[in-house]
Amino acid sequence: MAYSKKVVDKFENTLNDPKAFNVGRFDPSEENVGTGMVGAPACGDVMKLQIKCEPSGNTHIIKDVKFKTYGCGSAIASSSELVEMLIGKTLEEAKAIKNKEIVEALELPPIKIHCSVLAEDSIKQAIEDYESKQ
Amino acid sequence: MKERSTIYLDYASTTPVDPRVASKMMEYLTPDGEFGNPASRSHRYGWKADDAVEEARSHVANLVNADPREIVWTSGATEADNLAVKGVARFYKSKGNHIITSKIEHKAVLDPCRQLEREGFEVTYLEPDEFGIIHASQVEDAIKDTTILVSLMHINNELGTLNDLDAIGKITREAGVFFHVDAAQSTGKVEIDLSKLQVDLMSFSAHKTYGPKGIGALFVRRKPRVRIEALIHGGGHERGMRSGTLAPHQIVGMGEAFRIAKEEMQSDHEKINKYHEKFLKEAMKIEHAYINGDLNNKVPNILNISFNFVEGESLIMGLKDVAVSSGSACTSASLEPSYVLRALGRKDELAHSSIRFSFGRFTKESEVDKTLEILHKVVERLRELSPLWEMHLDGIDLDTVVWNTD
Repeated sequence: MAYSKKVVDKFENTLNDPKAFNVGRFDPSEENVGTGMVGAPACGDVMKLQIKCEPSGNTHIIKDVKFKTYGCGSAIASSSELVEMLIGKTLEEAKAIKNKEIVEALELPPIKIHCSVLAEDSIKQAIEDYESKQ
Repeated sequence: MKERSTIYLDYASTTPVDPRVASKMMEYLTPDGEFGNPASRSHRYGWKADDAVEEARSHVANLVNADPREIVWTSGATEADNLAVKGVARFYKSKGNHIITSKIEHKAVLDPCRQLEREGFEVTYLEPDEFGIIHASQVEDAIKDTTILVSLMHINNELGTLNDLDAIGKITREAGVFFHVDAAQSTGKVEIDLSKLQVDLMSFSAHKTYGPKGIGALFVRRKPRVRIEALIHGGGHERGMRSGTLAPHQIVGMGEAFRIAKEEMQSDHEKINKYHEKFLKEAMKIEHAYINGDLNNKVPNILNISFNFVEGESLIMGLKDVAVSSGSACTSASLEPSYVLRALGRKDELAHSSIRFSFGRFTKESEVDKTLEILHKVVERLRELSPLWEMHLDGIDLDTVVWNTD
């Protein structure tokens, strides 16, 4: 698998210092936490993404993010990349994030594009969960 | 030998050429060497090259206790498998059209079988047991009037498990069915005695046994005689079974590699067995690690382990200073997990989590130790990243979870 240096670096940095790269968990029952989990073990990828938000004006802002990902190197790198994009964004801005941005940021090979799709799905689901609690 | 930054534990994939083999090969290339065409009968260059080819043929035959006249040079085990399977099927098609093989054969046997199905042959794919073994009784049950060939591997390349050639050979011989064995993983690892085994055709590879890539051989039994239809025509070399100018440097390399294999099989085995024991003991200290294959019936140079809750490709990326291979889908172009592990009835996630470690002649104990150290660290880290591990620690049974796969 010929990965770009960006995927390899992102994966290795995340692996070497998980806390600094927002690996972890929030209590999913908290009202200001939204949780999304997509994928399946049998398919080789499961991504869990959690956002912690605060109301701001007439919207909500993502203050903090935690994730855990089971999957190939590019799945882990894609989650980690997405997490960096999310912090400080409004929910509307976060919803507008497209998998293509992750593909471009990491230079994912075509066969790994599904990793970025999964990442996009995970944020959509997390926002849905958060909004359902408000 | 120089220190390499990446530890090589993928000997089942290929081995380096033994330096003794490489220096012998060098004698058959340059103007100062014996570069002649072994088919040239009219001069010394040809005779010398032919002598070297025949000596190498004896070394190969000697390792497996066969007659040198039963060894046919090919470009590798893939060609040998093709020649055996298609060659026998096409030659004996008037006798029957049924072939028996297994679901966990190498693609070099499965793909020719698929081709034969397109040509009108019928193929039965036997299911291995949970350890990857095909039993003689399964072969016996599958044989019918139209069966002409059984093709099974000796040692499975992903698992290291062994089929019982002695028992299967008795069944096939009694039934009057030819028995082909892919022994690419066997040479230099286990004793093979073709004077006793009732095997009719056997495929060999040089590059799994410290010889060069691009050369292999097919054993074709003389008594009782097996006939095959050639795949490659053009000069009638190798008694018409495989045309094309022989490559003396490659052939000499394979011969020398197999000569050394016979001499050093015991010492290689002892060393590798020690590594295997150590690796097994230390790696299995990792929670939820599972052996793929049968510990009581396998070669020690191959060790296939699934680390549950961790995906294989990410583990390989984490083990960046170690060269190993994985049954994970993500390391293959097809995105399918290993068909071998799936055929054992392993859950897909365990197939995704598998790593094959394979040791060899040039493996050092310090490399085994280093790999174990990295392995422990990386599995722990990846589990810290794994939502599945978190769920497991929370006491959730992953089999009961409904996954969102849209």
